[in-house]
Amino acid sequence: MVQLTLPKNSKVGKGKEWPKPEGAKNTRAFKIYRYSPEEGGNPRWDTYWVDMDRCGPMVLDVLFWIKNNVDPTLAFRRSCREGVCGSCSMNIGGQNTIACTKGWDEVAGKTITIAPLPHLPVVKDLIPDLTNFYAQHAYVQPYLKTDTPEPEKEWKQSEEQRNELNGLYECILCACCSTSCPSYWWNGDKYLGPAALLQAYRWLIDSRDEATGERLDDLEDPFKLYRCHTIMNCAQVCPKGLNPAKAIAKIKHMMVERVA
Amino acid sequence: MSGSEWTDPRPMSPHVQIWKWHWTMAASIFHRVTGVGNYLGALLISVWVISIAAGPEAYAFVEGIMLSPIGQILLFFWLTSLLFHFANGIRHMLWDGPKVGFQPKVASGWSVFNFAFAIVAAATIWSLATNLF
Repeated sequence: MVQLTLPKNSKVGKGKEWPKPEGAKNTRAFKIYRYSPEEGGNPRWDTYWVDMDRCGPMVLDVLFWIKNNVDPTLAFRRSCREGVCGSCSMNIGGQNTIACTKGWDEVAGKTITIAPLPHLPVVKDLIPDLTNFYAQHAYVQPYLKTDTPEPEKEWKQSEEQRNELNGLYECILCACCSTSCPSYWWNGDKYLGPAALLQAYRWLIDSRDEATGERLDDLEDPFKLYRCHTIMNCAQVCPKGLNPAKAIAKIKHMMVERVA
Repeated sequence: MSGSEWTDPRPMSPHVQIWKWHWTMAASIFHRVTGVGNYLGALLISVWVISIAAGPEAYAFVEGIMLSPIGQILLFFWLTSLLFHFANGIRHMLWDGPKVGFQPKVASGWSVFNFAFAIVAAATIWSLATNLF
C-alpha cells in the first residue's frame, strides 16, 4: 500500500555535526544516515566534514576516509571496490548507485546526502536487510532448466543466441533498481521488482533453457510482473547501465504472445 | 511493507523523503493524476450536456458556473490534463508495442516533451477557441 510518510520508529532526527578536519583547505559536508541497533532509538543524520585533498575520487573513498579518520563506528558494506560485487549499493545524493564507481565530484550540491537503499529495514547505518530481495531472486529460479538429456560436452548456443543475453547477464544484484522503484516500495512483498524480473527474462530468453512455459506461469498474477508501470527509475539508476524496464516489457510481450 | 503495518523493530530506510526525481517518475505520476482528472472533467461535461436537456434555466445555471473564473480554470486544467494523458498514452503504447524509447535519456527527454506539449497545446487550443467563438 502507498504510505508516503515513514513509520514512527523510522523518522530521521537531527544528529551530530562532527568537527571539521584541522588544516584542511578543501572540505565538503556529507550528511549520512546513522542507526545503531545497540543504541536503539530513531535513526539520525550525522554531518561529517571531509578533507577532499586527502581523499580518493569515489564516494566509497569518502566513507573510508570518515571511518579511518573521524568515526570508526560508521557501518557500510563493500567488497570489490570496482563495480563487480554490488555490495556498496546505497542512496547517494537522492539516487541509488554503488559507492565505488560514483565519483563525489559527480554529485551536485554543497552537502552530499548518503542513506541506505530506500524502503527497507535497516540493520545498521548504511546496511539494509535484503532478505526479501534475495528470496525474490530465488523465486525466478536463476539457473538453466532442461528436460532433454545433457549433451556430452556442453549446451551449444549460436553467437546470435548468446547476444540475446547481453544487457542482462551483467546484473550484479546490487538492488539499486528494485529499491528505486515506487511500485516496489508500496508492494515489495508481492511485486518481484526490476532486478528479479530482469533475471527472469535472462533465463526466459536463454536459447538453452527449456522451462519457458513454467517460468511464465510463475510470473502470471496481478502483482509479480504487472506492477511495473514503466516509472523508469530502475533504468535511470542502474550503475551497470542495464534496462530492467525494457526486460519487463519483453516479458509482458511473451505473456501476450503465448496466448495469441 | 507499508508504514502503517510496519511491525519491524528496525527502522524503514527513507524513500520519497530523500529521492531525487527524474522526469520519467514525474511523468508517470502525472499520467495517473491526469487519468483521474480526465474522469472528473468528463463528469463536468456530462453535467453540462444533461443541463441542455433539462431546460433553459438549468443550462443557464451550469453555463454560469462554467464561465465563472473557477469554471474556466477547471476547464483549462481539464484540457491540459487530456492533452498530457493523450501524449503520454501514446508513449505507453510505443513502450508496450514496438518497445522503443526505453533508454533513460530518451525517456527523460520524451517526458519533458509531453509536459511541454500539454501546456503549449492547451494554451493554443484555448486561445483559438476563445478568439474564434
